[in-house]
Amino acid sequence: MSVLVYTESEQGKFKKVAFEVASYARAIADQLGTSVTAVSINAEDPSLLGTYGVTKVLNIKDSKLDTFNAKSYAHVINQAAAEEGSKVVVVSSSADSKYLAPLLAIELKAGYASNVVALPTNLSPFTVKRTAFTNKAFNETSISTSTKLVGLSNNSFGIKEHITEAEVTHYSPSIPDNGVHVESVDKVTDKVTIADADIVVSGGRGLKGPENWGMIEELADVLGAATACSKPVSDLGWRPHGEHVGQTGKPVAANLYIAIGISGAIQHLAGINASKVKLVINTDPEAPFFKAADYGVIGDAFEVVPALIEKLKAFKAQNA
Amino acid sequence: MKILVCISHVPDTTSKINFSEGDTKFDTNGVQFIINPNDEYGLTRAMWFKEKQGATVDVVNVGGPETEPTLRKALALGADGAIRVNTPALDGFAVAEQLAKVVKDGAYDLVIAGRESIDYNGGMVPGMLAGLTNANFINTCISLDIDGTNVKAVREIDGGKETVNTTLPLVIGAQKGLVEESDLRIPNMRGIMMARKKPLTIVEPIEASTETVSVKFEKPTPKGAVTLVSPDNLDELVNLLHTEAKVI
Repeated sequence: MSVLVYTESEQGKFKKVAFEVASYARAIADQLGTSVTAVSINAEDPSLLGTYGVTKVLNIKDSKLDTFNAKSYAHVINQAAAEEGSKVVVVSSSADSKYLAPLLAIELKAGYASNVVALPTNLSPFTVKRTAFTNKAFNETSISTSTKLVGLSNNSFGIKEHITEAEVTHYSPSIPDNGVHVESVDKVTDKVTIADADIVVSGGRGLKGPENWGMIEELADVLGAATACSKPVSDLGWRPHGEHVGQTGKPVAANLYIAIGISGAIQHLAGINASKVKLVINTDPEAPFFKAADYGVIGDAFEVVPALIEKLKAFKAQNA
Repeated sequence: MKILVCISHVPDTTSKINFSEGDTKFDTNGVQFIINPNDEYGLTRAMWFKEKQGATVDVVNVGGPETEPTLRKALALGADGAIRVNTPALDGFAVAEQLAKVVKDGAYDLVIAGRESIDYNGGMVPGMLAGLTNANFINTCISLDIDGTNVKAVREIDGGKETVNTTLPLVIGAQKGLVEESDLRIPNMRGIMMARKKPLTIVEPIEASTETVSVKFEKPTPKGAVTLVSPDNLDELVNLLHTEAKVI
């Protein structure tokens, strides 16, 4: 009856979302008065999950699962749910989880709620709050099937420590032949990806040219942040396309989004509005971004950013 | 090749989002409805298969008579025929069950559905439909080529993309990138005239069960005004980010 959670890993390392969904599963298990079982596929150190309240890990090591495959992974998670008698299954909102979740829902005969942003508000009927209308509204949805599949929105619940001793058990489910084969993967190898970063530092046309990105990178370094840019900057070739955030670029759901020299076109704001706190630095007090931001500095980025870097270094030294 | 494109009837991207009946229903008052943008990318790619490879393309919607203008628009864009399953779209699973029946009856080789609708954002119909019809499935598809029954496609992943191969029958979750923005079409007069003569078949629903119930909606609380900090007082900014926002 434990809550089952799929904890994603990549090249043997857990993704950040794995710890968030584990924390969330732990909190649901506390509501239900039960334990948490994680499904781990080819991760090197599954016992790490104990830090986030996972009591048992079904540890799968199989080279057939080295490359992500939605159908095989869904089949494996379904078997794990049957093994554990789980009635609540939790996945993330990564591209891979959103790919496998509807297939898993069919196998589990479970109702599926995606983009969930909080713990269930009610256990009977099982009711969750999710985003709808592209972040313009929330929707309370109840799941009426006996098994429930919950897709947690990234960076909505947070990672919460709950030190437990995780019992790691070797698990070898049957793996079906599947019809979709991966030929090649083309992936950027940033140090911190925009999807994973707590803080994102983003620059716009106000920076005047690619030669001025040094201070953006330095600010990002001080904060342990990912760097990003607006659409015109990537269109002009100042920065690589992979850094472009906004409606047609990558979405950002960081804790802190810092926009420097970005006016705040509606398409840009749509892409970053899931971020919790927004700071804008711009010379133009009429820039639309000031209406969307939590904190603002009206000033020249070439003066404000270097000064801010010094202040943050001092702050970090004091709080280290 | 027989292609079925699933069409959601959704509010225009610029619509004001309001709710009625005690926040349980979307308020359609004054709202313009369109083909779901993710479905439109898929329909546009389907038109390419029709024109270059002789495919036939039908469109389908699960919904009431109010969705028919949206289906007529898809016909005006070049689809050969339209099907409306005459029942409200209550949840993703019930819609997938109705669509599975249409897919089986019509023996479609390729089913294209948007990755998600821009209203409910469920993102479940394409995958569930693939599961129910035992077809192969590629989500967040940004490139699709078909030769006989062999398929080569590209899927968008976090931080990059992945090239895959598979075979028909196939369901894809379509999204931006599947076609160029410049390939998207606007119906012309000839298309609109022809669409009037094309078949729009109304099919009665099968008995399908829902798995989820939408209880109510709420709008996010309006954001407070921006806190402005003077460029001469950045200590205050660092302090606010640390003690008030708690993000550093």
